[in-house]
Amino acid sequence: MRYVIIGNSAAAVGAIEAIRQYDSENPITVISDETHHVYSRPLVCHLLGELVDEDRMYYRPLDFYERYGVEPMLGVRATAIDTQEKKVSLAGGGAVSYDRLLLAVGGKPFVPPVEGIDLDGVFTFTKWEDAQKIDRHIKDHDVQTTLIVGGGLIGMKAVKALMARGLHLTLVELADRILSISFDHTASKLAESILRRAGAEVITGTTVKEIVGKEGRVDHAVLQDGEMVDCDLVIFGIGVRPNLDLILPEPEKRTGIKVNQGILVDAHMQTSVPDVYAAGDCVETYDMILEVERPIAIWPHATRQGHVAGCNMAGIEKTYEGGFPMNSEDIAGMPTIAVGLTDPQEHQDEYEILERYDRGALTYKRLVLHRNRLVGAICVGDIDRAGIYTGLIRDRVDVSPFKDHLLSGSFGLISLPKEYRKHMVVGEGIVV
Amino acid sequence: MSLSLLPPEFKIVRDDERCIACQVCVRQCANDVHVYDPEDDWVYSDYSRCVGCHRCVTLCPTRAITCVRNPLDFRANANWAHQVITNLHKQAETGGILLSGMGCDQPQRIYFDHILLNASQVTNPSIDPLREPMELRTTIGRKPDRVEVHCEDGQVKLDTQLAPQLTLETPIMFSAMSYGSISYNACVSLARAAKQAGIVYNTGEGGLHSTLYEYGPWTIAQVASGRFGVHPEYLDVAVALEIKIGQGAKPGIGGHLPGEKVSADVSRTRMIPEGTDALSPAPHHDIYSIEDLRQLVYALKEATGYEKPVGVKVAAVHNIAPIASGIARAGADYIAIDGLRGGTGAAPTVIRNNVGIPIELAIASVDQRLRQEGIRNQVSLIAAGSIRNSGDVVKIIALGADAVYIGTAALVALGCHLCQKCYTGKCNWGIATQDPYLTKRLNPNIGSRRLVNLIRAWSLEIKEMLGGMGVNAIESLRGNRDHLRGVGLNEVELRSLGIKAAGQA
Amino acid sequence: MKRIYVNEEYCIACRLCEVHCLVQHSQSKKIIKAYKEEAPQLMPRLVFEEEGPLSFAMPCRHCVDAPCLDACITGAMRRDEDTEAVLCDEDRCVGCWMCVMACPFGAIQRNLKGTKAASKCDLCYGDEMPACVAHCPNEALVFEEREQ
Repeated sequence: MRYVIIGNSAAAVGAIEAIRQYDSENPITVISDETHHVYSRPLVCHLLGELVDEDRMYYRPLDFYERYGVEPMLGVRATAIDTQEKKVSLAGGGAVSYDRLLLAVGGKPFVPPVEGIDLDGVFTFTKWEDAQKIDRHIKDHDVQTTLIVGGGLIGMKAVKALMARGLHLTLVELADRILSISFDHTASKLAESILRRAGAEVITGTTVKEIVGKEGRVDHAVLQDGEMVDCDLVIFGIGVRPNLDLILPEPEKRTGIKVNQGILVDAHMQTSVPDVYAAGDCVETYDMILEVERPIAIWPHATRQGHVAGCNMAGIEKTYEGGFPMNSEDIAGMPTIAVGLTDPQEHQDEYEILERYDRGALTYKRLVLHRNRLVGAICVGDIDRAGIYTGLIRDRVDVSPFKDHLLSGSFGLISLPKEYRKHMVVGEGIVV
Repeated sequence: MSLSLLPPEFKIVRDDERCIACQVCVRQCANDVHVYDPEDDWVYSDYSRCVGCHRCVTLCPTRAITCVRNPLDFRANANWAHQVITNLHKQAETGGILLSGMGCDQPQRIYFDHILLNASQVTNPSIDPLREPMELRTTIGRKPDRVEVHCEDGQVKLDTQLAPQLTLETPIMFSAMSYGSISYNACVSLARAAKQAGIVYNTGEGGLHSTLYEYGPWTIAQVASGRFGVHPEYLDVAVALEIKIGQGAKPGIGGHLPGEKVSADVSRTRMIPEGTDALSPAPHHDIYSIEDLRQLVYALKEATGYEKPVGVKVAAVHNIAPIASGIARAGADYIAIDGLRGGTGAAPTVIRNNVGIPIELAIASVDQRLRQEGIRNQVSLIAAGSIRNSGDVVKIIALGADAVYIGTAALVALGCHLCQKCYTGKCNWGIATQDPYLTKRLNPNIGSRRLVNLIRAWSLEIKEMLGGMGVNAIESLRGNRDHLRGVGLNEVELRSLGIKAAGQA
Repeated sequence: MKRIYVNEEYCIACRLCEVHCLVQHSQSKKIIKAYKEEAPQLMPRLVFEEEGPLSFAMPCRHCVDAPCLDACITGAMRRDEDTEAVLCDEDRCVGCWMCVMACPFGAIQRNLKGTKAASKCDLCYGDEMPACVAHCPNEALVFEEREQ
């Protein structure tokens, strides 16, 4: 019995550790086109910002593969999967047979077809390699001004890195406000003002039309309305899409694995092809709040899905209940957390919004309720114990008995009814 | 509003080098003595409100606090003592009766401290309690005048019908303390400890909380003059009943629970409205003569099918001997006598300190009188009123008691430091209060454990003393005055106690 | 696995658990020295809550399926092999606060004045009795094994 995992990040580690919990014998092979020992992609911006050194990039100790009996094939690209013969073809020849396969291939950055994206100095920003390239460019060309395209979470990561390097930056966002997916209007505007206060330029409602170079290198960008933005470096941080390179085009012909926006999986993380599993940023997840299947590319979900996939691959039945978006990001030093459905656009009369905005302290909390159940939360500045909101969302707790306490400074487990406190804690941690 | 003339009783001494401003003392003082100043990040104390309960001293993690008597000196005056002056100031300010908690604190003669025990040497050997069986088991109840038996298959069988008895593993019981004067957690601690130690506790005049019915076989249900919480089930679950005529701390007057301590739960248990003062009348309004008492005794026996002992509790007063005789003849199975130094949750200080007689003299005279009349076997005698240690237990049994009730000692085991402020309802140890912030402090798991420890410790000590005297059953000690000698007592006292002077063989 | 459980009935809101947790995690491990010299960089790892007479202090539950373990992006949050406790390696933590967002008990705090990392109960690194349990004056905190 051979387990093969394509991918070497959160989902892969989750799967490896789950498999080894139940199966300490059978071999596991990991195939990754990156050469690094398993590392944390979210830390790429910390690396670029010189906030961590290389050693802290690694997600697991350097002896991880050895201790878990994993054969790592790093720097090797998988090119095709033969689901009939149960073989994975590798670039440069060679193949690996599998009994159970996990696709943990993550996401790919989305780059719009803008003129000038091939110039030297235009980057995407997801992998370690990207950070290294950007770092080299900064040092080689004494970069002073930068342009970040995309005011979402990835854009924020780029902002963090470049601000830490002391570079001037301009942020351009297509929507009328940054973080339009995670935040509501107030939180977005608050974030924008925080960024501006930190010295960044924030331009919303437009995007880059073309990037203009000089001697093959980025010189400036032109926005849709014609405005010119001076920059020696452009980072595209618009978004990631599930990486379907091994399946598309013609999924039926190539592998038979069904996809939509991402790879389709059942509650056991198995794809439409038996013995082929998928987890992480490449799959479509059941969104517990919106009650639809869609990609939710979040590190904790990838880990958990990898764990569930690994268990099932090892013959232990486990189901994945689904997830919802959740992000913790600091914006120019201001901590923020956004969980769930934070800004409902449809059926707005069905939702109840609770808000608390302290303009002096620059803290903002917003809670979205649907039929007396919490479905979304935003915390800016005051993020302590925000996880309690996450728990209430996940457990679909009826919050009406303590609705008035939800935003108070002293809100905590003590505000919850006795029975829920008792039920919630593993083995009755709070004895009632 | 004129100035109060009352100086602080206690002074808090805080070692600022040890104080870490953790604020545990601030949070734990029910009298708000300690205050945290966030500006200067330090804790200071306004000790005018300190009652000397030592809660802060005990909980301070660095032992930075101690509490001393306020070193305020009056001009030396043997007659007008400091406390006398302060009491006058208090009455001038309030115009009210001075109240106190706990028992008499004045230097009355403590006869226990003038009585010494014997030990066996040479003429008869002492007994080693670790090697030989030592019987502490005691039965409370009416004993028959004669016993008729017959033999059957080589076994002796009893023909005589015995009156109902209460069996104790050791001659110590927990005294009557009402739910209301003490907290629910304190009641639970007493009930559980009674069960574990094989003894009983007494409900006092507060009735019995429904969740404590499971401890019925270890509960004496008291019927006091207010008849609080008295209903058929109350009488049925208990293992014995007790009519309370009086108590040692305040003979002649009734019980008093201030309205602040009558919470919803207390009101339910006592069957009175919430927040009203629970005043027990001085006499039972249906007992105006000894015949009336007999009537109530038998009414209770009828109501419970003659299956439980019914006792009567009285305070030790001057004519306690004829009173006891009358009670015995009224049909009571036991008489509990509560002496001058008995405790209470609230009593007028002047009555607490001045009314009644010490239990030692009371028991001695009652025991003597009942023997003279030939009716000693008709009742068991229980002594109460400041039994402080196992030595007191042995002495009072030797003077004639069958068993003892401990009240104050039990509360001290639970954590009481005798600050005597029970009547305020702000007991910092969670004992004499209904305040939910404070009652949590008494964890019944810990409380019952401490009480069981106390009973066990005393029982072991009693065994040691009995063994030393060459006695192996507590029964042999009862009324056995020859094991006692008085020291520093005059002729009249020696005669009242019925003991010889130390030095006499 | 033994865990710390709280009896909210017996918590007297004295917060001595916090005091002793802090001392246990100090350099000197001496209470006066820790408070006078090392605070405010130190934080107790229990979260204390109080509302009226109800109070309790709760440390991390060391959950069997810990959400913080899933959420941690650096791998600083790990399960200890010997004690099965969930431990945070404060040297590797970068303060992203994903764990704060994931923990449904709010048991993880941000040590902003000290390590700038996530701070939570570590079951006193396998000591026989965690400091908070040992010093709770009313036995509100207990350390025992219970069936899941």
